[in-house]
Amino acid sequence: MKILVAVKRVIDYNVQIRVKEDGTGVVTDNVKMSTNPPDDNAIEEAVKIKETGKATEVVAITVGEEKAQETVRKALAVGADRGIHVKADGILEPLAVSKILQKVVEKEKPDLVFMGKQAIDDDCNQTGQMLSALLNWPQATFASKIDVKDNKLEVTREIDEGLETIEINVPAIVTCDLRLNEPRYASLPNIMKAKKKPIEEISASDLGVDTSPRVEQIKVEEPPKRKAGIKVANVAELVQKLKNEAKVI
Amino acid sequence: MAVLLIAEHNNKELRPFTLNAATAASQIDSEVHAVIIGNDSAEASKQLSELPVIKKVLSVEAPHYENFTAENFAPVVVKLAENYSHIICSANTFGKNLMPRIAAHLDTSQVSDIIKVISSDTFIRPIYAGNAFATVKSNDAKKCVTIRPTSFEPCESSGGSAPIEKIDAGEEFSNTKFIKREEIKSDRPELGTARIVVSGGRGMQSGDNFKLITEIADKLGAAIGASRAAVDAGYISNDHQVGQTGKVVVPDLYIAVGISGAIQHLAGMKESKVIVAINKDGEAPIFSVADYGLEADLFEALPQFMEELNKLNTIQK
Repeated sequence: MKILVAVKRVIDYNVQIRVKEDGTGVVTDNVKMSTNPPDDNAIEEAVKIKETGKATEVVAITVGEEKAQETVRKALAVGADRGIHVKADGILEPLAVSKILQKVVEKEKPDLVFMGKQAIDDDCNQTGQMLSALLNWPQATFASKIDVKDNKLEVTREIDEGLETIEINVPAIVTCDLRLNEPRYASLPNIMKAKKKPIEEISASDLGVDTSPRVEQIKVEEPPKRKAGIKVANVAELVQKLKNEAKVI
Repeated sequence: MAVLLIAEHNNKELRPFTLNAATAASQIDSEVHAVIIGNDSAEASKQLSELPVIKKVLSVEAPHYENFTAENFAPVVVKLAENYSHIICSANTFGKNLMPRIAAHLDTSQVSDIIKVISSDTFIRPIYAGNAFATVKSNDAKKCVTIRPTSFEPCESSGGSAPIEKIDAGEEFSNTKFIKREEIKSDRPELGTARIVVSGGRGMQSGDNFKLITEIADKLGAAIGASRAAVDAGYISNDHQVGQTGKVVVPDLYIAVGISGAIQHLAGMKESKVIVAINKDGEAPIFSVADYGLEADLFEALPQFMEELNKLNTIQK
C-alpha cells in the first residue's frame, strides 16, 4: 500500500497573530513557520502504518512557495520516503490545492491520501473532502483512530455528538484529527538522512491547474477587542458580581 | 435565484443549528428553500416546513441516507444546485464534512464558517483561530457557504407552512459503510446552545475531578465544556471540546476552570458575553479575556463556589 500525505506550511501555532495595518492580511515576515499541526498527525499515522508492514511507501507532498519545501523535508526526517513539491505562489484556495493533488494522485496512484483535517491559518477545512469528491473516493474526515484491514480502513471520526465509526474501501482519503496520535520528533541522524532523500519539484502550471483565487480577500482586520475585566478577591465576591452586576446567574 | 439550505437533523427532528443556518440563508435572499435528506424523516421534514423563513421543502428519503454519509448526500445537493444561487449549511461537523464535497463537484471555491452576511456575495469569516476577521467576496457563479451557527440567531420555529416536495433518491455510494455512532447522552443542555457553560482544563488533573464541575453545571443548568488538553488527557470525551478545532460557543456566561487559555481555546469561547476565569496562575492568558478573574486553587474555589450558589435564593435557569 502506498500513502500520499499532504502537508502545509503555516504560521506556527504558538505565534500571536498580528494583522497588517493596511488590511491586506496578517504579518508573515520574520514570523516562525511550521507544518500545520494536524498534518504532522497525518505523517505520523502514515509512517506508523508503514512500520507495521501494511504500507510500502510514504510520499509527502506540499503545494506552495519555495519555502513550503521545509515541511516536506521535515516529513522526510520523521519517516516519509520521498517528497513532492508542487510550486505555486500567492493565495492558494483549497479548491486549487485539491485539483493539484488530484493530478498528482492520478500520476502517483496512491492507495491512501492523508492530510490534516483543517489548516490553522485559513481554517477552511475543505481540501480533503474536495479531493475525495474530485476522485470520487470515500472520505473519512476528522479521524481519531484508523485500523488498516485488507483493502479497507475502519476509521473512528470525531463528530459533534461524539464518535462515529465507518468502514471505507481503498483508495480513500483520510483527514486527521490532532487526537489521532502523538507525532514523533525527528532525531538528528534522521534529519541528516532526510537531506539525501529525493524531493521532486513540479510547477502547478505544468499540471495544467489554474490556481487563481475565486474568492477575493477584500480586507483583513483585527477582531473587536474585549474590554479588560477585573480580578475578584474571593469566591463570594465572584458569585455576588455574577448575580448582581452581570446578572447572569 | 433562490438559496438552498441543507437541513441537519437526526431523522426524527431537526438539529437546532438548522434554525441558525436558516436565518443566515434568509439574510442572503428572501427566497429560501430547504433540502432534507434522510431515512424515514417525515417528522423532521414537517418541522422544517413550519419554519416561516422556508418557502419550500425538498425531501429525499432512502435507507442509505440514514447516517448522513457525505458521499451519499453530496450528489443529491449537486443535482438540485442548478436552480439555486447559494448552497448554505452550518459549519459544524455535519456541514464541514459535506459542503466541500458539494463545492468541488460544482467547481466552486467554498466560503467556510462565515459570521456575517454583508451582501449576497460578500461575507465576514474568522481566520487564524479568530485572531483576524477577513471580509471576502465570492466570484463564483454558484456559492457554497457554511455559517458559524452561534453567530446567527435561530429563526422562528413555528407558523410557517411551506409545501413539501418529494424528490427521487440517488444511488448509494458503496465504498463507504457506516458502522456505528457513539453519542454521549446527557440531560444537560447542548454545549453549542447552552446559556451557561462551565469548562475544565488540564488543571482539573483527572477525570474524577470533573465531578466538581458537573456539580456546579447541574446547579446552574449549564453545559460542560473542556479544553483540548483535558480531552487529550482522557478526562472527558471529545464532544465537550471547545476551541479552534472543537466547538465554538457563545453563552451568556462561560466559566473557565483550570484552563490556561491557549489561542486555540480562546477561539472557541472569547465571544461569550461574560467570561469567568478561575486559575491559580495569575499570569495565565485566560485572564486577558476574562470579565471576572479569580486567582485561586480550583480545588478550594470550586467547593466554595458551590457553597455560595447554595446560599442564593434564586438561580436563573
